Amino acid sequence: MIEVSNLTKRYAGRTAVDDISFTVARGEIVGLLGPNGAGKSTTMRVLSGFMPATSGTVRVAGFDVFHDADETRRRIGYMPENNPLYPEMRVREYLKFRARLKGLGWKKSRERVTTVMEQCGLADAGRRVIGQLSKGYKQRVGLADALVHDPELIILDEPTIGLDPQQIRSVRTLIKSLAGKHTVLISTHILPEVEMMCGRVLIMFGGRVLASDTPENLQRRMAGGSQIIAEIAAPESALRTAFENLPEVEQFDITAADGNFFRCALTPRGGTDLRAAIFALVQQHGWTLRELTRSRHSLEDIYMQVTRPTTEAVE
Amino acid sequence: MSIFWALLRRELSSFFFALTGYVIIAAVTLLTGLSFVVLIHNLGTDPSPMPVTEMFYRTYFFWLVVLLASPVITMRSFALEKASGTFETLMTTPVGDVQVVAAKFVGALIFYLVAWLPLLACLFIVRHFTNQNALDSGTVGGMFLGIFLVGGLFISLGCFASSLTRSQMAAAMIAFVLGVSLFALGFLAEALPATARWQSEIISYFGLFEQMRDFARGVVDTRAVTFYVTATFWFLFLTLRVVEGRRWK
Repeated sequence: MIEVSNLTKRYAGRTAVDDISFTVARGEIVGLLGPNGAGKSTTMRVLSGFMPATSGTVRVAGFDVFHDADETRRRIGYMPENNPLYPEMRVREYLKFRARLKGLGWKKSRERVTTVMEQCGLADAGRRVIGQLSKGYKQRVGLADALVHDPELIILDEPTIGLDPQQIRSVRTLIKSLAGKHTVLISTHILPEVEMMCGRVLIMFGGRVLASDTPENLQRRMAGGSQIIAEIAAPESALRTAFENLPEVEQFDITAADGNFFRCALTPRGGTDLRAAIFALVQQHGWTLRELTRSRHSLEDIYMQVTRPTTEAVE
Repeated sequence: MSIFWALLRRELSSFFFALTGYVIIAAVTLLTGLSFVVLIHNLGTDPSPMPVTEMFYRTYFFWLVVLLASPVITMRSFALEKASGTFETLMTTPVGDVQVVAAKFVGALIFYLVAWLPLLACLFIVRHFTNQNALDSGTVGGMFLGIFLVGGLFISLGCFASSLTRSQMAAAMIAFVLGVSLFALGFLAEALPATARWQSEIISYFGLFEQMRDFARGVVDTRAVTFYVTATFWFLFLTLRVVEGRRWK
């Protein structure tokens, strides 16, 4: 659906996006994750056809966003950062105006506006003036606008920023419901959001895409550094020989805890899950086990790890 | 075409469904009213060979309306959209740049003409209380044609100024400075020495004051009409280039 190759965008003297390439398949929900100033919004502005790329090509549904601007714009529903709207217009009037701009006929636009207003929970707000709506409602109007012409690709720049948890949840549910039928590209700097909504994450930093994978795969990729913590009451020497004989254990560290318990930190070989093996071991020897946990790297750790070295290199 | 109508409707509603629109109309009405008072005063003192419409345009309130109101009408056309970010949502729909510029210009021009409507009432009063030949349809028609053409020029100039910046204040100031310069250029011809004939010939084309006098007398000079229409399209063309400029690499 989206093919970005060697996209670079330079503003006067500053490179906002530096030679990035990625593809997004039809029906995917992809999260563009990165700190502020990473180039997410610039990437989205180029994708939406608002700005030209300095170099590189961007194709949406097989059309070049620069040369076939009209064809691609018809296929994209774009909600820019901060969700700009006309404050003096009424909700229904605004959505109808937008539908007309996007080339829908008079009758068709009426139909679609009614549909998206229901879809976005705006059915009762049609007559309200946009400037007087709460932030959550405004966000829904922006989403309804992005959806009104039933586009193949939906680009949302920070769709949940500034909303309260309740509103965030309803926006998330709405975006999730778009999966399959539409392709969605979301930018955010909130990690749990990506884990909840997106099938794939692109981590951007300093104008580059540093990682691209499913949230689960990214976590698995980091599992090499994860550890199993077990607190076992057993003679220390017996523990040592037992762990040495376990082929899946790469490394272990035993420290004395209170009573006759020992705290064992085990690093598994190749990211395997050791917990079942540890339990079997304890059972076999008749020891006592009071804690068995796996410390998993969250996406946050990955994010920090991926972005940190570059920060230092830049500084 | 239907996209153009949708855009035009939205432009007009942004003028008429907002307080600022009525503030502008009130200010223009006040200025035309003041010039009407001056006009009545002049008519009351001594007989004059001038047509009433010409006397009206000679009061400087007329030029105040043109020079002050048009920058205020047009200042937000592009600047506000750029500042609020709606320019981005607008330009990422499949609308053409030409349609956007045309809708903004036509919308502002219609609003400008509506703001002039109270003048018609003034003229009816004059007609009602004076003898019939004080106002003939020729001079009134010429005057409104002049108002329309001068308005077109200043509105297109204002649109251009607004497209240059995201600050409405800056847009209004640029439009005002450009407008006043254009207006003042016409007086330069008188200041030139008699020897500089071709220079004053050229400058006389920019003599808005002189041309408007002809219109107010009911004289429609095709050179003046051509000048206004060309200049209007020139500024619209420049506006279009600025709007397109965003897409230059």
